[in-house]
Amino acid sequence: MDMLTIHDLWVSIDGKEVLKGVNLDIPSGETHILFGKNGSGKSTLIMTLMGFERYRVEQGEIRFRGQDITRLPTFERARLGLGIAFQRPPTIRGVKTGDIFRACSKGRVDYRALAEAYDFTSFLDRELNHGFSGGEIKRSELLQLLAQDPWLVLLDEPESGVDMENLNVVGEIIGKLLQKDRRRDNREKSGLIITHTGFILDYINADKAYILNEGRLCCQGHPRELLKDIKTFGYEECARCRR
Amino acid sequence: MSEIKDRAERSAAKKAAFGSDLDLEAFSRQGGGWEYDPDFQQFAPEERSHLLKAGIELTDLEHAGTFLQADARIIHCRANQEGVEVLPITEAIAQRQELNDLLWRLVPVDADKYTARAELALDNGYFIRALPGVQVAEPVESCLYIKTDRFSQHVHNLVIVEPGASLHVITGCTTHPGVRSGLHIGVSEFYVRRGGSLTFTMIHNWGEDIHVRPRTGVLVEEGGVFISNYVLLRPVKTVQMYPTVTLAGEGAVTRLQSIFIAHPGCELDVGGRVILKAPHSRAEVIARSLSLGGRCVSRGHLVGEVPEVKAHLECRGLILAPRGIIYAIPELEGQAAGVDMSHEAAVGRIAAEEIEYLMARGLDEEEAVSTIVRGFLSVKIEGLPPALEEELDKAIQESGKGL
Repeated sequence: MDMLTIHDLWVSIDGKEVLKGVNLDIPSGETHILFGKNGSGKSTLIMTLMGFERYRVEQGEIRFRGQDITRLPTFERARLGLGIAFQRPPTIRGVKTGDIFRACSKGRVDYRALAEAYDFTSFLDRELNHGFSGGEIKRSELLQLLAQDPWLVLLDEPESGVDMENLNVVGEIIGKLLQKDRRRDNREKSGLIITHTGFILDYINADKAYILNEGRLCCQGHPRELLKDIKTFGYEECARCRR
Repeated sequence: MSEIKDRAERSAAKKAAFGSDLDLEAFSRQGGGWEYDPDFQQFAPEERSHLLKAGIELTDLEHAGTFLQADARIIHCRANQEGVEVLPITEAIAQRQELNDLLWRLVPVDADKYTARAELALDNGYFIRALPGVQVAEPVESCLYIKTDRFSQHVHNLVIVEPGASLHVITGCTTHPGVRSGLHIGVSEFYVRRGGSLTFTMIHNWGEDIHVRPRTGVLVEEGGVFISNYVLLRPVKTVQMYPTVTLAGEGAVTRLQSIFIAHPGCELDVGGRVILKAPHSRAEVIARSLSLGGRCVSRGHLVGEVPEVKAHLECRGLILAPRGIIYAIPELEGQAAGVDMSHEAAVGRIAAEEIEYLMARGLDEEEAVSTIVRGFLSVKIEGLPPALEEELDKAIQESGKGL
């Protein structure tokens, strides 16, 4: 069964067209990568999948595990099993990080053990994202996802703002989220990951990659090969080649 | 006529500097003839649970002292620990004339018609004192209770923490569930002597048509600490209060925390002033206000009179209803080089991105809003008895529901 099927998706933000007919399928157990220069619509695609209000679907359909979720509110998508790690999550004063971990886990996952395993226990009593460094924010976001245990993981530049020391931890958690410790045919979880640097490819052996250019998917291929092409020829050439 | 009485007479019609003006004659002076109740026997379960919402546990257990005044009558008054004195103020003054010298020193009797009325038509009030060096582990619980409809209750309270002593007073102010309207005038004067520490927690749980005019003055001497927690979560008609804390001795410290909710039709004018008169004194004023449709003025005024003082003021307000009003007025007044004073004030609504963020974690919109509101109001109040802490948590959770 496909985890995610996007058909002819057109999305506007504040009246401006951003996505212009995106088609995409992510089978169960696969992780796909989204490349594209700034402003190409990558984050818009992920935010639209999560159902945030600002992202208006003008046309098209999003199906998640066989169900049409195009008009579902965000929390229902989350409850169905879509999970997102934000690139720049808001600071919510007075709300304890641990309370949100607990809300994510819904009593199914031992979030305290997760925090313990990734040296995050001391953050549970702190206000959510208040005064967190870039690496701490990423760890918080990814651990929330681990507690949530979603079917489909949406990651927006998981490497941004993370120092070298934290990169390994971030990569390790993402690998765990996507069940990379299992045999390929035994994996159930899927991912859609935006990356600029491709660092994440060292941790997860992604299955497929796309380039998003001006709101359209214009190219697809093996993630490492595509990244190499982008590094060699740049996004403009990749957009022209239309592989 | 004494000079105090004379000044009160002359101010009997004087409007307050802030808040809406009230016609004092619109209220009744006929309170109930409630009898003294040494074992809290006269309270039915429903009334008990209502009092608990204002933090009143109605027990002498685990309290260093207890005081309960209903309308004008003292219902219960007892000190349970050696080194702690709890008396009705009228009795304390009758026993010790010297206490007269401490009254109307921190709150001017002619401040407005409410202070004047408290002098001219006093019902009673509490006198609480911790003797020198006495560390009072359990709180003293006091309750000012309006039990008769339309009653105008006038109290004058005096708290003295003698040198090196420490004391926590929890005051619950509330009305009987059957009372619709009324007025509470409460004059409070607190003296924290050298090296003493007073924590004063006041929980207001009034009725929807009740007017409240507390008038509070605090003096903190060298090395003394005064912590004030004020909580108002339930509907009330009007509250206007502007306590003034004077840090008179070197190294004196104060922290004023308040959380309050302005329900529709409710008018709050709440704040605090700290005058830093001595070097190395420190003050922190933290206010969280929430408007569910009512009007809320949140004031804060720090006055640094000498160098080497440090003070911070934080007023944050959330407006959760279209017609809600929050007016934050932070004021810093430095009167010497070398003062270090700052403030932050923010008034707004809940950011949509915060709600969406929590919805992406599986919370529906109502749960997300209530989580954010709970966080906003969660100012940690140290030293609360567990039952009261639970009540407060419950009240805060309820306040975030249905928004």
